[in-house]
Amino acid sequence: MLTLLFDGIAYGMLLFVLAVGLAVTMGLMNFINLAHGAFAMAGGYVTVLLMNRLGVPFLATLPLAFVFTALVGALLERTLYRPMYARPHLDQVLFSLGLVFMTVTAVDYFIGSQQQMISVPSYLQGRFDLAAVGIGKYRLFIIVICGLLTLALQMVLSRTRFGSRLRAAVDDPRVAQGLGINVNQVFLLTFAVGSGLAGLGGALGAEVLGLDPTFPLKFMVYFLIVVSVGGTTTITGPLLAALLLGIADVMGKYYAPKLGAFIVYTLMIVILTLRPQGLFGHKGASK
Amino acid sequence: MSAVQTSLRANAAWRWWEIALGVAAVASYFLAGNHALLLNEIAILALFALSLDLILGYAGIVSLGHAAFFGFGAYTAALFAKLVMPDPLVGLVVAIVASAALGALCSVLVLRGSDLTRLMVTLGVAAVLYELANKLDWLTGGADGLQGVVMGPLLGQFEFDLYGRTAYAYSLVVLALAVVIARRVVHSPFGISLKALRDNRLRATSIGLSVNARLAAVYTLAAALAGAAGALIAQTSGFASLDGLDFHRSADVLLVLVIGGTGYLYGGIFGAIAFKVLHDLVSAWTPQYWTFWLGLFLVILVMVGRDRLIRPWTWRKKR
Repeated sequence: MLTLLFDGIAYGMLLFVLAVGLAVTMGLMNFINLAHGAFAMAGGYVTVLLMNRLGVPFLATLPLAFVFTALVGALLERTLYRPMYARPHLDQVLFSLGLVFMTVTAVDYFIGSQQQMISVPSYLQGRFDLAAVGIGKYRLFIIVICGLLTLALQMVLSRTRFGSRLRAAVDDPRVAQGLGINVNQVFLLTFAVGSGLAGLGGALGAEVLGLDPTFPLKFMVYFLIVVSVGGTTTITGPLLAALLLGIADVMGKYYAPKLGAFIVYTLMIVILTLRPQGLFGHKGASK
Repeated sequence: MSAVQTSLRANAAWRWWEIALGVAAVASYFLAGNHALLLNEIAILALFALSLDLILGYAGIVSLGHAAFFGFGAYTAALFAKLVMPDPLVGLVVAIVASAALGALCSVLVLRGSDLTRLMVTLGVAAVLYELANKLDWLTGGADGLQGVVMGPLLGQFEFDLYGRTAYAYSLVVLALAVVIARRVVHSPFGISLKALRDNRLRATSIGLSVNARLAAVYTLAAALAGAAGALIAQTSGFASLDGLDFHRSADVLLVLVIGGTGYLYGGIFGAIAFKVLHDLVSAWTPQYWTFWLGLFLVILVMVGRDRLIRPWTWRKKR
């Protein structure tokens, strides 16, 4: 029981790191980006390819996955995404869906459609018991890394000048612009970091979630659930939503395998019907 | 008659190209030859896209789960034929009524929240139905699909043949009826009020339109038409499967509608023709990777502006 809870938390933390970039960019620019999973997949493939083809150690690939996807994210933001911000939501949905289709088939073409295997180093394998709770070492590793990241993000957002600029831009981009904040630059940076985090999450999660070219489509719904249920105005909202989703999913699969993902989707519909702004969201200034 | 009334009347008049389209549809039946099966699929896809146009083009609801009603209609028609009676017309009516009921039920869910919330809820409903159809395998056949559906002859006379000629005529008639009904609806005061609340919900409310009741009504109608499309595919192929509820369906139909253009009823028909022809050509050339070109097409479509792609004469003008 507690072991399941532990696994659920690890899964939830992973989902949070994967989706937090999406939450911030969606809140900032009111942009519906279905292609977020593609960045996560890119990070996963960076790790897998570096490990399996070049023999780079696992831990060293993680920062590389982050940097690579952040750069790709920045490049795409500057070239493709920026003209899309002012468009209607339908355009954004179509555009990002097109990107997903392209990445899925491109990865299939260049790397192959098979499931990618990843072997985490031996000191992260296996599990130990702590007060009758079985704890997987790799899961613990995920929780620690993601927890540290969450703390760091929270610090950056609440304590630094960049954080306050970002929050100002999320609350009301026009007023923020009027106060001399370069909203475009803030957004470029946020998008890059968000993509990088997704990449890191994809790299960390390759062993847990599996990695194959359909990854962006398979997990798109999960990221969107985290964002829409958690709300886009805070960082704690998506965190709690991700944990809830992770625990519900793991528990649901264990106790009622016949129902499958049914529980998760029903839960989401109920929550969104009762609280359309998300569980922890409040109405933004001018959305 | 006031000037406004006159202009609304003029908008609602039948155009020459609408009549030409009707003639072309009748002619296509006689010229179909070996392509009747493909044409049948096109007609059904057009009906499906038409139903999405009602909620997307006219009411402005972005849905990523419209396949829910398509698949539901398909399963209803197939189950009805298998368990109750094989008459296609009765089955069609039953499927339409059932889908409309489901649509009315779900319409409560799409009334609130932002575009993102609505997107997620429509997606969620389709996903829930998918999981249900997958797990209730004693009823639906699960992942193998619902097999062993035998359809009776249409009107008691016309058997569904192997070449799809009866099927095509059947789908075409249903599509034509749906177009006439939808046309009547969007040119009615009700349809015009839908456009008003699509363009500005706040103002529509303040001139006294009951937004929620109208959205619920059009969502129900769209669900009924999507259910009819699903029933047609199940009846003409004698098969219903999970594929009908899949996310791919919802995305495809959105694309079909966008290719043809939203908000003028015929977008679904032109889009369905273009989509199927494109699909046949590209997937004959590169079967495994055709979604890449689909994605590229989508990105370019949005970059160029989807209103302009179907109007080549605007390409050279600055926006």
